[in-house]
Amino acid sequence: MHIESERSAKRLVRLKVNGRWREDAVGQNELLVDYLREVARLTGVKTGCDGGECGACTVLIDGEAVPSCMVLAVRCEGRAVETVEGLLSQGRPSRLQQAFHEKLGAQCGFCTPGMIMAAEALLRRNPNPTDGEIRTALSGNLCRCTGYVKIVESVKTAAEMPS
Amino acid sequence: MTIKLDGKARRQGVPLIDGIDKVTGRARYTADLEHADALVGRILRSPVSHGEIVRLDVSKALALEGVRAVITGDDCPHTYGVLPIAMNEYPLARGRVRYRGEPVAAVAATDLETAEKALGLIELEVRALPAYYTSEDARADGAVLLHENKPGNIEREVHHGFGDVDRGFSEADLVREATITCAEVNHAQIEPHACLADFDPLTGRLTVQSVSQVGYYLHLMLARCLEIDASRIRVVKPFVGGGFGARVEVLNFEIITALLARVAPGKVRMHLTREENFLTHRARPQTDMRLKLGMRRDGRITACELHVVQRGGAYAGYGIVTLLYAGALLQGLYDIPAIKYDGYRVYANLPPCGAMRGHGGVNTRHAFECLLDRMARELLLDPFAVRRANLLHAPTRTLNDLMVNSYGLAECLDKVEAASNWHNRIGKLPRGKGLGMACSHYVSGAAKPIHWTGEPHAVVNVRLDFDGGVTALTGAADIGQGSSTMVAIAVAETLGVSLDRVRVIAGDSAVTPKDNGAYSSRITFMVGNAAIDAARRLRTILCEAAAQKLEVPPEDVDCIGEAFHVGGGGQSSIAFCDVAKAALVNRGPITVTGTFTCPPEAQGGKHRGGAVGSTMGFSYAAQVVEVTVDEATGLVTVDKVWAALDCGHAINPLAVEGQIEGSVWMGMGQALSEETTYADGLPLHASLLEYRVPTAAESPPIEVHIVESNDPNGPFGAKEASEGALAGFPPALVNAVANAIGIDLNALPVTPDRVVEALVERRRGLRLAAARRAAS
Repeated sequence: MHIESERSAKRLVRLKVNGRWREDAVGQNELLVDYLREVARLTGVKTGCDGGECGACTVLIDGEAVPSCMVLAVRCEGRAVETVEGLLSQGRPSRLQQAFHEKLGAQCGFCTPGMIMAAEALLRRNPNPTDGEIRTALSGNLCRCTGYVKIVESVKTAAEMPS
Repeated sequence: MTIKLDGKARRQGVPLIDGIDKVTGRARYTADLEHADALVGRILRSPVSHGEIVRLDVSKALALEGVRAVITGDDCPHTYGVLPIAMNEYPLARGRVRYRGEPVAAVAATDLETAEKALGLIELEVRALPAYYTSEDARADGAVLLHENKPGNIEREVHHGFGDVDRGFSEADLVREATITCAEVNHAQIEPHACLADFDPLTGRLTVQSVSQVGYYLHLMLARCLEIDASRIRVVKPFVGGGFGARVEVLNFEIITALLARVAPGKVRMHLTREENFLTHRARPQTDMRLKLGMRRDGRITACELHVVQRGGAYAGYGIVTLLYAGALLQGLYDIPAIKYDGYRVYANLPPCGAMRGHGGVNTRHAFECLLDRMARELLLDPFAVRRANLLHAPTRTLNDLMVNSYGLAECLDKVEAASNWHNRIGKLPRGKGLGMACSHYVSGAAKPIHWTGEPHAVVNVRLDFDGGVTALTGAADIGQGSSTMVAIAVAETLGVSLDRVRVIAGDSAVTPKDNGAYSSRITFMVGNAAIDAARRLRTILCEAAAQKLEVPPEDVDCIGEAFHVGGGGQSSIAFCDVAKAALVNRGPITVTGTFTCPPEAQGGKHRGGAVGSTMGFSYAAQVVEVTVDEATGLVTVDKVWAALDCGHAINPLAVEGQIEGSVWMGMGQALSEETTYADGLPLHASLLEYRVPTAAESPPIEVHIVESNDPNGPFGAKEASEGALAGFPPALVNAVANAIGIDLNALPVTPDRVVEALVERRRGLRLAAARRAAS
């Protein structure tokens, strides 16, 4: 099995994913996005480009929005990773999820999980952002459907909802 | 939660019925489907732009452990393509490659690393031929032909004339010409192409899940290329992350994945990289236009002459249709008494072009609206006045025999003129700020389908079973535009039930009736009408059952708010579920079929190519764009857009707004920053960092106004809303830049370097003129 031997050695990594600790054998060169999609089967994390171009794979690492295609899974030892699936609480959508749904912040929906996570990080550090602050915070996340109008509106609406 | 289609929902619209799946991340797109047991497919692509395949040896790749299938052009001797008359492309090149990145061989292996390694073991030798990257070079005398049967490397040419053009120009007070070019652009939908094909060798059945906008085309081409009886094939559309035309044509990787699955045999997944998405292309071609217009002093257009050259890439694809649209869509927006059109589609050694949002009409409209504005300026006419001087009067037929039954352009003009405060601001803005406007339109579905099967143009089944649930079955592909939600609304409105009683199942050939797909903005008009037809048939059955129970004639019964009432309601009523149960007695579960067909008189003129551009109804749009131009850096910033679109009737106003915003914004991308570039056929733009899609930070607020002209044939009066507004943006922007800095730009996109070049050119010209004056 020369193919196996060529692969980088695996390492046990312990990290918190959406509030639950888990431990997995992870390849040294495995990207966080691939770990989340293929191992944790959190396919809400999307791959839209060849690395760091589109923001569709954005997750929170210790509360900070990061494209998960630019992070090695082994670097997440002991850290807390949150994906769009983790925003549901007791089966209810979060404010941002609700607002993106009601205000049509999602059309095809492919950029939506990453967009919502970038917005989540924004609202945690700035609960009442201006339009300009929203646009800047989301400028690393490309959307091809909405022209961003209803995305900005969704984030504003979420900010105004009672938490 | 019961979603009632009450007054508020009608005014504001409703969220998408699959919206919760999208915002929670549980929506499964093709790459998200369970693929633990699937092989990984990868494609070997041509490293040269043009050449003959001298040697292709896959034996070493086949011998590699973990490789389950290696295929080449030998595995598929059949061409494929979107137009039955122009299929000149193989899924994998046979004998010759015609663009850099063309698929040559493919591998299925147990994992990605092995597949990549196997690609490296394939030995490919290509004898290079001269390659051409511009229309001019490809058409030059002595150029090697890409396709032997196409002299001059001209795939197709079109020559149309309507009315007396010479007389038109002789009656004009002003005749002007412009030479305008538009760069090639790409759809850049955020979901990369993906396909999952499962071939079961025991039953000989093939299941393909793919990103297609038209599962029916994929189904046809799989049957053709794999020589499998179509009844053994199932095509399923998972969630699709945008299309914009990229996925109307069957794409090579879809057939390649299925071929690999059959050879392996088993399940194969193919996920293309972003770079491969750009190589797959099929988008709007680089276009050179020479436009001549005649105008009277009062702004009335007397004649129009347009010469178009589209650089179509290496294969025919949609070519002739794009070329015909470019001419046909000169009409249907304004009243123009004479039009001459000459179009050429040229082969070049680049990825093939295809359909993209606003198919064929966008670049033509850009040239037209730019020249119209320049001539208005010369005649000291207001841009709005010039458009108003040339309005059509519905109902009418255009010179090329297209139907115009509803026409809300005048109202669109009024709306954006007022909203932008045009007359109080135009000419009074500080230096570097400008306002520009333009109009546009688009078809609500091509009235003549590509495949003339004699079937209705749209079919929807509606089912009712013991549970009281209403299920609409449609082959129409929801690719994010909200078509399934539109179907649900049409059915619920017609039946008089709440929206969440209706379930929509879409895009599974094993279950849903065939549909011609998500292209030319046909779904609302055609599938919407078919959905209403189906729901009416079910309603008739239910009203009969209710009438029997209420002991009144069926025509006295009506269903409103999930209950059947006699007459206007009040005295006696029965709940929907009870009526449903009664209707099933002696009959069992009910399935009704609704259809829609565009009548022959809607299918365009009798002239050659006359079917392209034909439609039951055009959408109409007007928009005003406000810009700031930095004369030091050449950077153009869009400050605000006011857009009005006549969609006949907004079935779901929320979705209509979303479509208008999205299409205006996509026009902005083409206008400002999007452009493909190649160096010896190598794409230099093949990432989302190089191919500049506008980000949230660069995108303006877009104020949308919906105009409802109530089309006599549309479902509830509706027409399309997704494409019509796109074409107006680029000319409105160029007109705004002219207003801001007094320079007419002739090339898209309006990048800072082009603006700076134009400013430098003007300064040079002014200096030269001053020197001449001083010398004389």
